[in-house]
Amino acid sequence: MAAEAAGFTPREAHGNKVTRVVSPTISVRQRFKEIWLSRELLVYLVRTEIKVKYKNSVLGLVWSMISPAMTLAIYFIVFQVVLGNHMPNFVIYLFAGLLLWNLFSLGVLTGTGVIVNNAGIVKKVSFPREILALAAVGSAIVFFFFQSIVMVIFMIVLHAGPDWTYLPLLVLALITGVVLASALAVLLSSINVYLRDTQHLIEVILTAWFWACPIVYAYQSNIAAKLGPKGLLWVYFLNPVTPLVLTFQRCIYNKVAPTALVKQPDGKYAVEHFAVLPLHGFWWYASLDVAVLAGSSILFVVALAVFGRLEGNFAEEL
Amino acid sequence: MSDIAVDVRGVSKRFRLAHGRHNSLKERVIHGGRTPHEDFWALKDVSLVAREGETVGILGRNGSGKSTLLKCICGVLQPTSGEVVVRGKLAGLLELGAGFQQDLSGRENVYLNGSMLGMSKKEVDRVFDDIVDFSELEEFIDGPVKFYSSGMYVRLGFAVAVNVNPDILVVDEVLAVGDERFQRKCIERVKDFQREGRTILLVTHSPDQVRSICDRAVVLSHGDVIHEGVPGEAVRIFREGLLEEEGTLAIPEESPEPQPPTIVPKGKPDADHPVRVTYVAHTYPRFEEVGYLATGDSLTIGVGYHASIATDDVVFSLELRDSDDNCFMRTDTDIMGLRFDLPVGPGLVNFLVDDIPLLDGTFSYSVGILSKGGILFDWREPAGSFAVMSPGKDTGFITMPVRAWLLPPEPEAIAQMAPEELDYLRPGA
Repeated sequence: MAAEAAGFTPREAHGNKVTRVVSPTISVRQRFKEIWLSRELLVYLVRTEIKVKYKNSVLGLVWSMISPAMTLAIYFIVFQVVLGNHMPNFVIYLFAGLLLWNLFSLGVLTGTGVIVNNAGIVKKVSFPREILALAAVGSAIVFFFFQSIVMVIFMIVLHAGPDWTYLPLLVLALITGVVLASALAVLLSSINVYLRDTQHLIEVILTAWFWACPIVYAYQSNIAAKLGPKGLLWVYFLNPVTPLVLTFQRCIYNKVAPTALVKQPDGKYAVEHFAVLPLHGFWWYASLDVAVLAGSSILFVVALAVFGRLEGNFAEEL
Repeated sequence: MSDIAVDVRGVSKRFRLAHGRHNSLKERVIHGGRTPHEDFWALKDVSLVAREGETVGILGRNGSGKSTLLKCICGVLQPTSGEVVVRGKLAGLLELGAGFQQDLSGRENVYLNGSMLGMSKKEVDRVFDDIVDFSELEEFIDGPVKFYSSGMYVRLGFAVAVNVNPDILVVDEVLAVGDERFQRKCIERVKDFQREGRTILLVTHSPDQVRSICDRAVVLSHGDVIHEGVPGEAVRIFREGLLEEEGTLAIPEESPEPQPPTIVPKGKPDADHPVRVTYVAHTYPRFEEVGYLATGDSLTIGVGYHASIATDDVVFSLELRDSDDNCFMRTDTDIMGLRFDLPVGPGLVNFLVDDIPLLDGTFSYSVGILSKGGILFDWREPAGSFAVMSPGKDTGFITMPVRAWLLPPEPEAIAQMAPEELDYLRPGA
């Protein structure tokens, strides 16, 4: 044989061979391993999605900044101008919450539809399909960083510095948000193959979910002050995104209870106090974030298991 | 080389044939979460082993489960029960160019597709030029693939897949893509893989390919493995299966049974047509059992006639035609040096072909009766047809005994050879 004559067999050329098992039951551990082996594909898919999304638009990636800036502008006008909320640096407050929320909701929303939308690939090419859902979250992360740039510009313009001591927690909250979004994306993308309503349902749920997070309103004065005395505050914290949003605000907005000079109806100026963020310290935030991270990680494992169960019939259901 | 590369262990695959799908929540609720369905087993407890370096062909009719089996092996489908163990990197040519992103350039798609098939960026970098060379798309590689023709598309897809450098290559009927030249290139590439000792699983509609490429073949029918063995035998069983299921395959529409005389002029002698063909039939060794003859069998074609006038020196002719109706052989009794003087009345002339050199195919024959001077009395065209199946490995149209021997490389060396050494140059030495 020619190959052997040249002192070369495929066996040597490829070193140790990977053994792959195709069966109805693949362990979650195996799944993690396969995801890890496909990490480069993940990067390609994220890059592809971003490239394709803005391929033929003149402004390209700028759109990913314009659209949240628009949302920001609308909330700002409605709350500060129309409703007369005078919280100082409200834009930064809004932006801090929106940053995390956009990452989470975009990841979950696009992730849900990803298997159905890529039916062509799923039916023909063999690779760990959960990568597709993870890539949706991955591109949400990319947009997150683009929006962060805009926010940094805002902070410089408004002379609003972050609380650097909370920066590690911000990173922790970001990671937690990514894990939670990934878990939901993987879970929902597989369910969506069988129940196409999932996609629409999740849109509605995300709209409600947004208002369940203290993004456009202040947590301390609107939630803690009202639910706290009734002992119902724990209900509010059933929403796992809340601690993450609060952490972002604590670090970026950096004002727990600011004061501002506000023009009164009689024309005089008076000092007003705003109770914005909880009065707890670093470890309160840290413990909540760690708890959410733990829960999200468990959910991610469960999501992979469910995905594995449902994956077997993808090719025929699509 | 005896290591098992692909081990299919008792794989079954059930498809649910839904009677109207209930994909929306409303429908699910209405039907209590159950979808009315029928179970269809595309694969029933299939086991199959491909050893390292082996080329295994999979034959089967449409719907016999061969594509499902390949999809299970590639991991695109998960079996309902059983498992497939694959040792080594596997590249599946299930559909070329699947997963190409329309908006991206050929170059970007090569990287994307490569990583989908399990290559790292470095590996793609290394083979990128080979891929472009092989696909012959140098000028277009930076253009978006949505502007590619379908031929360019599959060429790029094939080029990426074969450059993945797999240990195991799974090919599903994709060798029939592109123009003929590119097809040959693809098959050459597959043969290179073979020479390099890689494992190949090949699904094809062309028994010729199985015969010439494969070491072993498997015949699937309705999700069962009905035969596993040498390619020639598998092809025979595959074809026999086709014959059984479809009654006859490409076998004479004209019945090979003796036909009743059709144009026998009753009583009245006809000076223009003194001899008429009354029936034509053929037979071969296993005529009663199978609908085809094997290469090397003998074939007898009988021509029944009726002479209304006693005629001297009558010539019977025979023409053999291929499926495109090209005559590839004509002979007659005059050429054979025979002289037939026919008295009034019926009779029979037999043609016997001792050793059919034909390979696979369906062939027809025509017969004629004419005078020595070439005046045609009567003819039948086509008079009948027969199918041939080759148990051997040769492909093409006919087979002939061919021998080969090695010559010393340098002509000068031959010049210096001793006379007895020159004996080697003679055939059969």
